[in-house]
Amino acid sequence: MKLTTTLMATSALIASSLAAGAEDMTLVSWGGAYQASQQKAYAEPYMAMHPDVNIIWDESSAEAVAKLRAMAEAGNTTWDVVDVVAADALRLCDEGLAMPIDPDTQLAPAPDGTPASEDFGDLLVSECFIPQIVYSTTFGYRTDMVGDKAPESVCAIFDTETWPGKRSLEKRPIGNMEWALICDGVADEDVYDVLATEEGQARAFAKLDTIKDNVIWWTAGADTPQLLADGEVVMGSTYNGRLFKLIVEDKQPVAMLWDAQMFDLDGWIIPANLSDERKARALDFVYFATDTQRLADQAKYISYGPARKSSAPLVGKHAELGIDMAPHMPTDPANAKHTFLFNYDFWADYRDDLDAKFQAWVSK
Amino acid sequence: MSDETNSGPVLTADGRSLKKSLQRALRREKLRALMLIAPLLLFVLVTFIAPIGDMLFRSVENRIVSETLPRTVIALQDWEYESGEAPGEAVFAALAEDLREAVKAKTHTRLGTRLNYELSGMSSLFRQVGRKLRRMDPDKPWREQFLKVNKKWGDPEVWGVIQTYSSPLTAGYFLNAVDLRLTPRGVEQRPENERVYIMLFKRTILLSGLITFMTFLLGYPIAYLLSNLRMKTANILMILVLLPFWTSLLVRTSAWKVLLQQQGVINDVLVWLGLIADDQRLELINNATGTVIAMTHILLPFMILPLYSVMKTIPPSYVRAAKSLGARPFTAFRRVYFPQSIPGIGAGAILVFILAIGYYITPALVGGRSGTFISNRIAYHISVSLNWGLGAALGALLLVLVLALYALYDKIVGIDNVKLG
Amino acid sequence: MGKLPPYATLGEKVWHYAFYVICALIFFFLIFPIVVIIPLSFNALPYFTFTPEMLRLDPAGYSLEHYRDFFTNSDWQKAMWNSLAIAPMATLLSVSLGTLAAIGLSQSHVPFRGPIMAVLISPMIVPLIISAAGMYFFYSRLGLQGTYWGVVLAHAVLGIPFVIITVTATLVGFDRSLTRAAANLGAGPVRTFFRVQMPLILPGVISGALFAFITSFDEVVVVLFVGSAGQKTLPWQMFIGLRENISPTILALATILVALSILLLTTLELLRRRSERLRGLTPQ
Repeated sequence: MKLTTTLMATSALIASSLAAGAEDMTLVSWGGAYQASQQKAYAEPYMAMHPDVNIIWDESSAEAVAKLRAMAEAGNTTWDVVDVVAADALRLCDEGLAMPIDPDTQLAPAPDGTPASEDFGDLLVSECFIPQIVYSTTFGYRTDMVGDKAPESVCAIFDTETWPGKRSLEKRPIGNMEWALICDGVADEDVYDVLATEEGQARAFAKLDTIKDNVIWWTAGADTPQLLADGEVVMGSTYNGRLFKLIVEDKQPVAMLWDAQMFDLDGWIIPANLSDERKARALDFVYFATDTQRLADQAKYISYGPARKSSAPLVGKHAELGIDMAPHMPTDPANAKHTFLFNYDFWADYRDDLDAKFQAWVSK
Repeated sequence: MSDETNSGPVLTADGRSLKKSLQRALRREKLRALMLIAPLLLFVLVTFIAPIGDMLFRSVENRIVSETLPRTVIALQDWEYESGEAPGEAVFAALAEDLREAVKAKTHTRLGTRLNYELSGMSSLFRQVGRKLRRMDPDKPWREQFLKVNKKWGDPEVWGVIQTYSSPLTAGYFLNAVDLRLTPRGVEQRPENERVYIMLFKRTILLSGLITFMTFLLGYPIAYLLSNLRMKTANILMILVLLPFWTSLLVRTSAWKVLLQQQGVINDVLVWLGLIADDQRLELINNATGTVIAMTHILLPFMILPLYSVMKTIPPSYVRAAKSLGARPFTAFRRVYFPQSIPGIGAGAILVFILAIGYYITPALVGGRSGTFISNRIAYHISVSLNWGLGAALGALLLVLVLALYALYDKIVGIDNVKLG
Repeated sequence: MGKLPPYATLGEKVWHYAFYVICALIFFFLIFPIVVIIPLSFNALPYFTFTPEMLRLDPAGYSLEHYRDFFTNSDWQKAMWNSLAIAPMATLLSVSLGTLAAIGLSQSHVPFRGPIMAVLISPMIVPLIISAAGMYFFYSRLGLQGTYWGVVLAHAVLGIPFVIITVTATLVGFDRSLTRAAANLGAGPVRTFFRVQMPLILPGVISGALFAFITSFDEVVVVLFVGSAGQKTLPWQMFIGLRENISPTILALATILVALSILLLTTLELLRRRSERLRGLTPQ
């Protein structure tokens, strides 16, 4: 019995000590180097200014839509600010799970007074979405495994004769379907028209079929870097910031293949139906965290481009390595020779369809 | 003593009937037992059984159509799919009104997603019309305006799906879970390229069976060894069996990743020994092989423990007697020892099999494309595709399978005879 | 196994030793994956790979970086405290309710014993993903999702089958005349429980408690659904370590946990010896 009493007392003590203290604000993000850059660029300075707010992180961005939907259904939303990719933001906004934002009144203007709506420009793809970074899904390859012929085109992933070995691709249709069509001879500007048809979809799957047995499908951002570091794959797709860490910080024998990189956006949303108090706090945080200086600060820690035009000139050197960050940005002219623009409207309409088809195809 | 007292009811010291008194004692005992059990039973019912029942209900629940499009559902009652034509203006007008409310409440995209499970293309149909609804003219005929947005609105197939799924309860999810679908024409098979669940169920059962057999193959010698060693030595070796059992599942799975990958420890050793060429490294992970190896390791203790507890009770004198009667050692083992250990094999096998078919984390991390289980699909539907109904239906089928095995287990071994450590 | 008799044939001798070799190989299979993580936890690079430096035994290939990370990184520390706040409470709940019920179940006349047992054992046999999803939806509705108590309740219920199984096992060998004797000597039921029954079934209770504790301490599927950032436990943090940021810190933690497991298992073994002594069974 003594044991039990002690256990009870201890856990009660720990539980109460956890509950006490500043008010918690839950930010949801992706973990890893990306979340670390947000912690340093946004969360730490914010908490220094507001000692009464304690920011805690939840690495659930990958399941954000599912969890927000369940929370809304139960009427108990525990998240305050959520980092999602633009496609998820569109979906959340469509379903009324995210709160609409007026950029000009609720977000900071640029230092020269340009309103936020202009500063973010086209990147405001949804009325609920507050863009943060421009990133790209692109390829890395093992320099010591490609022989003397370094791949220069994205179609190298479909060329298993010249570059034998496994490739890693993301386990979802977005990106893979487009690359398959491009490498099957479809012009960039026609890709989405072709993909909207049954025949076009079959064509993309047929192209993917040619490498199906050579692919390791990844679901988490850390998978491809780990597979490349282990030499398990000869090339693989992932977010460019992950590859930056692998190549520049960890000095692995890996190089970037920027061809046909797929630009995408990542940013914040605020869940709908927060209490007024929490909503005000979330808006205050977002106002701070997406101003010109903060977005530029984040680029010190990770190679993603800031979403504001006014932040671009402020991007400097890496905080720890002291190297220039500009040549590592996906938007740098040398890297952006052949880029692919992601069509949000297309994917909003066809995502359900293609997701189901892709998942069935992949399980076969 | 007279005969009368003998033939009358037996009385206790305080003059009450013994039978009644015993009955009362029995009732009191039963009541006390139940009172002791009641708190836990209530606890499990509320925190566990109710949530599971609640989730399983989602597999038949289908209020979304009738709640989002109440007028359309009523207007569609007079329409017949067999007519081969889209319904008339009245239904389109009802739909326009329903959609106007749905767009305001932002529920039309979810409805589209829901109907897309049944007919590919419904999601984009609802999204498009939702975007354009505001610019439509309420004074012009709706039918033409809808058809202008997308001519699919003239397809009876679209309306058939809405009509078929307008009831608040549906068998649709369960049909989807076995690669069928409910169409206006009745139940049919899904298109060939969408049939995956039967295959996944088969794969789950097959691989779990293989894993169970592997644990038996590896567990039997160990249990035999442990039960025939001196208690002290056996207990020390037992720690080797229990140590993996107590090490975090995630850690063991990642250890297998390190060991099994192509540039991993096992392939390195095989190359070093000259058994395989450097460019012929074996694919041991991200496929079914990886799942089987890692899960055999993880579930092995669950086979060893029941086997060991049965083998400990087999008296060694039987085998000795068989041998002294002239049986060869192998015959003695096969004819005398092995039959007595069968209850242990049954217990271990069912336990391992039950645990294996529900596994989720390990196949997800090492199973790749060909080594994932039905649980991985359930998880996918719950947290990624958000098709909760289908996830629940797949879960219900899996649960039925597990409960049938549990009943078998209870019959063969009795749940009281499970021993752990 | 005992010794081979002197008259054993050559074949028997070969088989006898071959059997030992096979067993040794199986033990190797059981232990090797656990042993292999120990050197990897000292890897200087943040990947799960044996680097060339490590294989050359070059000290530059090794570092205590990941151990330092575990003890200084606030995420890991918070996760450890969360685990330490959740697991004991869940254990306490499942042990106290479970022991009572096990005593009830071991009475000679229990109505509906089969169905009751099935319900109580069900958390062990229902596939975790189904339990997790069910609790996720249901607890959300009760406002328990994402709270400390939500996770505690979920973990407690998962630990219950283990307590029931281990405690009923010790009660099977329990001599009922002892409680009757105590009652005869004038002890009330509560006193009888704590003075007579409890000391005798204590080993079963403790071993059930250890299982319940480890269930909560090592549980990742349910907590991912039922918990939220405030209840991030060690396995959750490890799961993130595997999925999002490649962090061999989980290997450092695993090494620490393996050491703790050995300690726990030794304790368990000593307890069992004590229990056997108490129940008059002398170890062979």
